[in-house]
Amino acid sequence: MPTVEAIARRHYGRLLAWLAAGFRDLAAAEDALQDAFAAALWRWPTEGVPEHPDAWLLATAKRRIFDRLRQRKVSDAFAVDLRHTLTEAEDAVTWQFPDNRLKLMFVCAHPDIEASMHAPLMLQTVLGLDSRSIADAFVVSPSAMSQRLVRVKAKIAAATLAFEIPEREALPQRLDSVLQAIYAAYTSAWTTTPDSDTRGLAGEAAYLAQLCVDLSPGEPEALGLLALIRFSDARAVARFAADGAYVPMDEQDVTLWDRGLIAQAEATLDLASRNLTLGRYQLEAAIQSAHISARQRGVARSAVLPLYRALVSLHPSFGAWTGYAAALAQAGETRAAKQVLDDLGEDRMRLYQPWWAVMAEVATRLGDTASALRAYDMAEGLEDAATVKAWLRQRRNRLLQ
Amino acid sequence: MFANLTLESYKTMQFALMISETHEGFEDRNNARAGEYWGGWMAYSRAIAESGIFAGGAGLELPSTATRVVFDGASKTVQDGPFPDARELLGGFFVIEVDSLDDAIAWAKRCPITKGGTVEVRPVLPPPPQAD
Repeated sequence: MPTVEAIARRHYGRLLAWLAAGFRDLAAAEDALQDAFAAALWRWPTEGVPEHPDAWLLATAKRRIFDRLRQRKVSDAFAVDLRHTLTEAEDAVTWQFPDNRLKLMFVCAHPDIEASMHAPLMLQTVLGLDSRSIADAFVVSPSAMSQRLVRVKAKIAAATLAFEIPEREALPQRLDSVLQAIYAAYTSAWTTTPDSDTRGLAGEAAYLAQLCVDLSPGEPEALGLLALIRFSDARAVARFAADGAYVPMDEQDVTLWDRGLIAQAEATLDLASRNLTLGRYQLEAAIQSAHISARQRGVARSAVLPLYRALVSLHPSFGAWTGYAAALAQAGETRAAKQVLDDLGEDRMRLYQPWWAVMAEVATRLGDTASALRAYDMAEGLEDAATVKAWLRQRRNRLLQ
Repeated sequence: MFANLTLESYKTMQFALMISETHEGFEDRNNARAGEYWGGWMAYSRAIAESGIFAGGAGLELPSTATRVVFDGASKTVQDGPFPDARELLGGFFVIEVDSLDDAIAWAKRCPITKGGTVEVRPVLPPPPQAD
């Protein structure tokens, strides 16, 4: 029997999107849905889980909304009108969004909300990530991220920011934030172990990326993100051995990769490049493509370096720089890799696990065993996943043999 | 007189991470997986220390070495371990100084527990007010 928590994970985003679309008030829709889940926690264990839990939750949440309206002494005429709006929500918009969640994501990219918070807001409200995972995705501390989210939501509630479905013309400006959220959701799911319950999120992210492409055909960055996700999905099964042990890309069994999906990804990336507008996701997809070619066809490791240089100049994130350092090391340019890591700076990178993992490899190659041991310890200590911890420990112990 | 009280020291809070492990988990201290077990905890302690958040803590000997003093009304009974009734028992604890509960939970999730267990995160009581 599914638990309330499991049902919440599966249905929350969809139910919220539906309610918010109908009610046009994100804060009120969230309150009502949370009340409905609280009621479920109270009643389902004794009364049993209803046959259609999502319908039960939706009905309960809708009742809550009407209860509150009555408390606010809203006129009956308006309530009837609203009831109509709620049931006819889809017809109320002049053009159709392919998916309610995607629609709600575009709403979160409201120009009155600080741009850097658009994607985190979507991840929390629509895709149901906790603030800790969101913080990881944006390389900030969990407390900083949850404070920012609280502030943004307070602003939404105070200003009662209208739940406005953006006009079609406004979509391109908002697309960037939506792609950012989908990318963060996918990466967040990708970095977790196979036993983790966020696995389904990777599939949702792939689906949403496809919808973005359908919504804005030919948009190169939407295509780039879809290509990137397909390249990664193609390697998904090879990432863990039969016993669940973590297998890094360089040690993966190439024959397990999904060649059909790789071909689709290549075609998608090719379509994106026809627009001649380079962007972050296209570059990251091209980097994936180069890594795959290096393993499949022995293409030189250095082929990926110009792509990384373009990425760090266009989108200089900690992740991009750290990836560049790893690529330099793989291409045999170990000293250059060390320089990139040193420029990022140990103080700033102290809690950034990937930096330590790359530093451990680089120090190993430079023969600096003491630094390598320390870096492996830090990388292992900062890692969540037991499988990756075990892999790092093996690498570390090789230094002692 | 407030020279040491920066804004930072007002902001940080202390949390105890109380780490309970299962019997299977404790077995890894002394079997073929001992290297991995102790290596994992060493790496974790190192990350805590180098992050500058360590405020205290200790690893504990096996639960079988425990002795309990049970208070029941006026009587006090001394009981020697082991206490096989509990599924999970305390294996050690850390006190860390971080900005918020979210940060403390992030650290709890990094514990190298592979055979089941619980990390209880609790705010540490502030020191009692000092009389002048």
